[in-house]
Amino acid sequence: MPEDDVLLEIEDLRTHFLLDDGVVCAVDGVDLRVRKGETLAIVGESGCGKSVMARSILRLVDPPGQIEGGRITLHREDGPVELVGADKRLLRQVRWRDIAMVFQEPMASLSLVHTIGSQIVEAVRLHENVGKAEARERAIDMLDRVGIPKPRRRVDAYPFELSGGMRQRAMIAMALSCRPSLLIADEPTTALDVTTQAQILELLRDLQAEFGMAIMMITHDLGVAAQVADRMAVMYLGRVVEYGAAEQVLSAPRHPYAQALLRSMPRLGRASRTRLAAIKGMVPPPFARPAGCTFHPRCDSAMTGRCDTVTPSRIPVGDREVSCLLYDDEQEERP
Amino acid sequence: MSTEPLLKIEGLTKHFPIRTGLLGRQVGAVKAVDAVDLTIEEGTTLGLVGESGCGKTTLGRCIVRAHDPTGGRMLYRRPDGSVVDVAGLSEKELKPYRGQVRMIFQDPHSSLNPRKTLREIIGEPMRAHRYGAKEEIHARVGELLDRVGLRPEYANRYPHAFSGGERQRVGIARALALSPRLVVADEAVSALDVSVRAQILNLLTDLQEESGIGFLFVSHDLGIIEHVADVVAVMYLGKVVEQGPTGELYGRPLHPYTEALLSAVPDPDPAARKRRERIKLLGDIADPAHVPPGCPFHPRCVYAKDVCRTDPPPLREVGGRRVACHFAEELELRGVPDPDVREDPVMTA
Repeated sequence: MPEDDVLLEIEDLRTHFLLDDGVVCAVDGVDLRVRKGETLAIVGESGCGKSVMARSILRLVDPPGQIEGGRITLHREDGPVELVGADKRLLRQVRWRDIAMVFQEPMASLSLVHTIGSQIVEAVRLHENVGKAEARERAIDMLDRVGIPKPRRRVDAYPFELSGGMRQRAMIAMALSCRPSLLIADEPTTALDVTTQAQILELLRDLQAEFGMAIMMITHDLGVAAQVADRMAVMYLGRVVEYGAAEQVLSAPRHPYAQALLRSMPRLGRASRTRLAAIKGMVPPPFARPAGCTFHPRCDSAMTGRCDTVTPSRIPVGDREVSCLLYDDEQEERP
Repeated sequence: MSTEPLLKIEGLTKHFPIRTGLLGRQVGAVKAVDAVDLTIEEGTTLGLVGESGCGKTTLGRCIVRAHDPTGGRMLYRRPDGSVVDVAGLSEKELKPYRGQVRMIFQDPHSSLNPRKTLREIIGEPMRAHRYGAKEEIHARVGELLDRVGLRPEYANRYPHAFSGGERQRVGIARALALSPRLVVADEAVSALDVSVRAQILNLLTDLQEESGIGFLFVSHDLGIIEHVADVVAVMYLGKVVEQGPTGELYGRPLHPYTEALLSAVPDPDPAARKRRERIKLLGDIADPAHVPPGCPFHPRCVYAKDVCRTDPPPLREVGGRRVACHFAEELELRGVPDPDVREDPVMTA
């Protein structure tokens, strides 16, 4: 049942890559909801499908990848729109205006031969009926808000003239220039130093308070997720294995994978030179997806005869959703 | 324990010239490493931490002599106890040193030759150093693969068949081939996923306990450095600004830069978000080609006073540690509280 404050609803999304060697189910039945003005962190290791899932929302998945099924519903002011199967005109409208995206490497997503300002002006004028001068003022104002010093001068700078942190700020300024209701940030701080990372995360929090947009933060770093997230989804091999309030997922994870991930992180203040609890084995190759629960070969609590045959469904555990057969019984006990 | 450290670096300096114009006239220099003193003891790990551009990688590369230092000495204690300055050795004289001091690289995808099998990759240093007959090398490769947690049958396969974590194990096996005494690990686990990273860190710890290898562990990740290092050196713009035993340095930093770095590390504990306050750093890391006068950190330091703008602070002993700050004794800086006693926000070491 859709609640009033839901902004984006993803239901049973499947994005597959049809390769010569077989089909890679990068996103394999993901259900998620993003509420207005909240931050949802998507956490997982490389290959878990978090980036492909995010790109599917804006239909940015390149062939041979394609969306095989599912629904992505964006609840706009003027009613809901369906993004899977939307035509190009609608997609152009949605991109930047409703949903904007920031990537890990700003250098790869900015044009090298245009100034920062002209790129923002272009984005603004494509989506809104404003004059050049007004769009330029908007660009300067946005650069100022993301904390770029001397925005009146920097508006005419080329991307290579800015440092990594400043480039990411410029990218965020561009993404927010059309006041989207959702910002998708795909590992926005992974290429940055820890001090710059802290600045960018703080900036995102401040901008969210100012503009009220929702943020979908894709990250492999649980620490980063803890800094910004209201809600959190942990992904493994194309599925969401745990979804709930960030504070609860981080302080008391229920899914064995989420638990193991948290344990394997070196954390500040722990006595040094203690052994880390590593997760045994490794992420299986994409063509050899284990049967049953995909995590069972690496799981310490796997139940032979059950976890290797039965695919777990999403089970509500308290106010969370966990895809693990360990919690199957808890559900059955309920009326 | 022997008296001399395994490696003692004195005043190590590496400048890269900035050239311009048609004739390549030198107009300045990037002081990537600027008069650094450090020691690495046998069987211990020295962690080197700092932001990008601070010179930590250049320092590591100088130690394995991938770069020729501009100045300074690198005193290496040979297995027989004699000490040699490897900064001044010729390529020929370096050969035994190159067998004893090895490097593990960051990117397991670009540091392994894709056209060679694991046997050739791991066996290469052994062939170069005339380890023995072909059969001996083959046997040793199998042994090494087993030691780093890979099946010996994999020796005939090519790197593309392996995941990032497995490739990094291959890189470690290659570094171990000649039973090194010192290993420079430059961001050795930074490209790996969290779960695999823990496996590799545990492997490196085990190897050190078994064979007493000295490690120089270079990383930008303070969590990893705290985990592996016995002693930590913090670098900023080519200089060591603070050095001390890991627990003390993390518990109560003496340099404002260390404090700011520690406070910037995102903590996965949701309760910590509210408790810890980040020390704001002003601006970005400075350009190593234009190091500010006085204390190089002063433009970003929240505690900077007039003297910091003019007088460069020397690296000096304070309470058994080394720190380059005029106000190391006066400042009450915050470190990382012990997680078991986190409820108490004011911690003194």
